[in-house]
Amino acid sequence: MASDDIWILGIKMTKFGKHADKDTVDLAAEAAMAAMADGGVTMADMGVLAAGCLMGGGGLGQQLQKQIGQTGIPVYNVSNACATGATALRTVIMALKAGECDMGLAVGVEKLAGAGLLGAGGKPKSDKNVYEPSGRYGAVVPTDGRIGTDNMPGVFAQVGMEYGHKYGGATFELFAKISEKNHMHSTLNPLAAYSKAMSLEQIMGDMMIAYPNTRPMCSANCDGAAAAVLVTGAKLKTLSLEQQRRAVKVSASVLTSDPYEEACQILPNVNTLTRRAAKQAYEQAGVGPSDLNLVELHDCFATAELVHYDNLMLCEEGGAVDFFNSGAPFRDGARPVNVSGGLQSKGHPIAATGIANVWEVCHHLRGEAGPRQIEGAKVGLAHVIGLGSACGIHILEKSAA
Amino acid sequence: MSKQIPVVDYLVLGDSPHLVAHECTSCGARFFDRRNACAGCFGTTFKPVSIATDGEVRAFTIVAFAAPGVAVPFVSAVVDCGGTSVRGNIINTEPDPDHVKLSMKVRLVTTSIGTDDDGTEAIGFGFEPIS
Repeated sequence: MASDDIWILGIKMTKFGKHADKDTVDLAAEAAMAAMADGGVTMADMGVLAAGCLMGGGGLGQQLQKQIGQTGIPVYNVSNACATGATALRTVIMALKAGECDMGLAVGVEKLAGAGLLGAGGKPKSDKNVYEPSGRYGAVVPTDGRIGTDNMPGVFAQVGMEYGHKYGGATFELFAKISEKNHMHSTLNPLAAYSKAMSLEQIMGDMMIAYPNTRPMCSANCDGAAAAVLVTGAKLKTLSLEQQRRAVKVSASVLTSDPYEEACQILPNVNTLTRRAAKQAYEQAGVGPSDLNLVELHDCFATAELVHYDNLMLCEEGGAVDFFNSGAPFRDGARPVNVSGGLQSKGHPIAATGIANVWEVCHHLRGEAGPRQIEGAKVGLAHVIGLGSACGIHILEKSAA
Repeated sequence: MSKQIPVVDYLVLGDSPHLVAHECTSCGARFFDRRNACAGCFGTTFKPVSIATDGEVRAFTIVAFAAPGVAVPFVSAVVDCGGTSVRGNIINTEPDPDHVKLSMKVRLVTTSIGTDDDGTEAIGFGFEPIS
């Protein structure tokens, strides 16, 4: 292993779901302690900590230290929408690459069970009702619902429909089939918030949230945390052979934001920044889409999964519908996508997601995924996107040791 | 006589209601809110431009849940108005996939949102199918 490579030494996610008896610090501590135990290290070994909790108001990192060990190391509290977890990882990786330390901890946690629809909302009315322009658009009433939608199921529904407008074939039934796949995959994942198979009829007949996304086609709001210990190649060489054998190489770590394009401020463009991140990541890792044994991509809604087949270049441009229909993204297909069950079944505790996706890939690369193991997995990709926008991609490779 | 106020400041009322944008004088990028510099080319001068009122639906969704006071289901859409993308609701048609289609031709129309305690009427906009 090259000294300047970065490796994941330990990584863990908690069970996703409802944790009524635990707060965000408890959950983050559970994931962090488990990740360090997984790597055979302790807080004494950590040179940097990056932590994220999007809805938590900031300061998670220091609270976490007080829960598991205060050593005075630098803490970066990060916030980057649904890419917060990936940003925490990337922050630690940058610190290691900069030579500031040789080991660090990245943590993401969220408590969202029962949070309802995200993104939409309005201001409470004052006693007297008088229209007064306010905000950047001089709006006299909340614009959500009156001038299009701000709610996430609706925004991502439009993202999927836009793909259909451009290339065709993106029907309600196709999107529902994508969801059926992920719910089927989730039956093998004991850490998923929901792990029941659902039939196409059940999915299409369920409550419509924002056409064409019905409830089971939306990511599940839930509680959960994930954490990872990262180490430099130089340091890893000094650790035990067992630690070296289980370490997973970070072949690429990329974060992008959305460049200006017409319409991007009307409907977020989640495509270009993902495509750019993917291109950079493949170049960094020296692999191509056809080398990937599994992909965990950001299926915050069934409509989003379709466009990311294309954005991650798992298919030809415009070929996402055919790619799905070929069976490729099923767990027994050529390019398994979201074998964890994806955000639609595993759940989406926002800041935890970008590390939990990496954990899923590592789990397979280490050959430890049990009944849902993708046999012989050597290379995997984890992708998240947060609106605003931020895209994080990590390519992971099995240890050669 | 009752007063009227547009729901947003980029909606111009009057005999031929339309939307206006700030157009970058360097690259032509259009923004419905104020910018210090163009997000595309960093130019710093803008001029007001009127947006075409006819357009084509490029993406839509039918939203079943919303804040109190917003009727559901409603159709949110991205409408291509002569090369400028506009966000708005599709109105004056049934909010279902049999009546709202991708590539459907639509035009901008205004609609009353309500009247405040001072008697001022808020006027919103949406897009209706061109039959």
